Amino acid sequence: MAGIVGYGAYIPRNRIKSEEIARQWGKDPQAISRGLLIQEKSVPGLDEDTITISVAAGRGAVARAGIDPALIGALYIGSESHPYAVKPSGTIVSEVLGVTPEVHVADFEFACKAGTEAMFVALGLVESGRVEYAMGIGADTSQGAPNDALEFSASAGGAAYIFGKERLLVEVLDTYSYTTDTPDFWRREGEFYPRHGGRFTGEPAYFKHVLSATRAILDRSGYKASDFRHAIFHMPNGKFPLSAGKQLGFTKEQMAVGWVVPLMGNSYSGSSPTGLAAVLDIADPDDLILITSFGSGAASDSFVLRATDLLPQRVERAATVKSMLEGPRHYLTYGEYAKYREKIILND
Amino acid sequence: MPSPRYWREKANRFHLEAARCQGCGGVTFPARTICPACRGTEFETLYLSRKGKVVTSTVVHVGPNEFQMEAPYAMAVVETPEGGRLMVQVVDCEPSDVLPGLEVSLEFRLIRREGHGGILCYGHKGVPVG
Repeated sequence: MAGIVGYGAYIPRNRIKSEEIARQWGKDPQAISRGLLIQEKSVPGLDEDTITISVAAGRGAVARAGIDPALIGALYIGSESHPYAVKPSGTIVSEVLGVTPEVHVADFEFACKAGTEAMFVALGLVESGRVEYAMGIGADTSQGAPNDALEFSASAGGAAYIFGKERLLVEVLDTYSYTTDTPDFWRREGEFYPRHGGRFTGEPAYFKHVLSATRAILDRSGYKASDFRHAIFHMPNGKFPLSAGKQLGFTKEQMAVGWVVPLMGNSYSGSSPTGLAAVLDIADPDDLILITSFGSGAASDSFVLRATDLLPQRVERAATVKSMLEGPRHYLTYGEYAKYREKIILND
Repeated sequence: MPSPRYWREKANRFHLEAARCQGCGGVTFPARTICPACRGTEFETLYLSRKGKVVTSTVVHVGPNEFQMEAPYAMAVVETPEGGRLMVQVVDCEPSDVLPGLEVSLEFRLIRREGHGGILCYGHKGVPVG
């Protein structure tokens, strides 16, 4: 059986509170925070991007796996904020992690699902026997247009997973993908900010795919919601995953640990993978874990996972998600945030 | 920095590759062909730990054009446990807090952009531990 042999996550230290953004645009801070269930979000520094986040998360994954990184035969990075339009993020990350040159590398893009997409393909290559180890990374420094609802949630962060067949920290019991063509959120070539279909992003997009994928994987794996200790659903805001989980029969307690969005926002491709990392940080052996991602366009990937005895022994080898969520933070004013996110037009 | 030069410096920028002199044991970063201490020419390659202590520091208020957005920022000489010393930016903290003895981890960050259309140059920066 294949599974996760190492994982790591990274969340930048900069934060901006929802009320600071709301104040800037004359909106009611309480109403915003109550509506989205987001208190604050992470913001990348001027020197942080998808590549640096991937390296930080990847280093944690290698440390927890305890393997020679040169044995990783495939490395995929899912993101919608790759720093280059043409030139892979993955080559730089592979080089820094010591994975090159005998490695297959690609950058993936599928809105917020690109991270689990990378994990899905990495797992498949390991299961097929094509490579001994493969790494899938989800990372983003997502952008939301000023005064758009997305500005309250679009954040930065990511997680990396190494898949293998021996010394598993987590077994992958089943996977499932559910995909349709649904234009709920997009960014055209050359556009700086994404656009979305407002309420259309809800029922026909997020909920249809998350619910369909989760119901299908529960049906084919034979598990029911109450069998799981933890469940993670993609977190575009605080409300959607709780609502989806409730409709599927999951309790708040099952979703609590992986529900990282109130303190870090939606890190797009890094969102559900970071939620999973938070769960693995505290999971006990034999815990059943469900993760369902969502990417606009639109699709969901579901994984049924089971923690092994080895997992708790490896957690302390790298920084936990909680330590980054609750550790040193630097709170930004909206002006600083606008500078950090390069929203201010400057002369050359 | 032209792309070929950046590419040639990958070993030290990406992997913190240094050299230990076989004559006097001194560690130089980046690796050199002649030891600055004893003029020896035999070296052992080693990779610096991604942690160290600030030896000395300064705060840059008026930096080069490419770093204006980051000013004021701290620059420091950091010594790793192997004895290698490197000059790095120290980030994710108040620049005035970067003082001798501060423990830092060396994290992979974007160093500079080669204009709007050029390559992105990455390397390591210090981040205070804890």
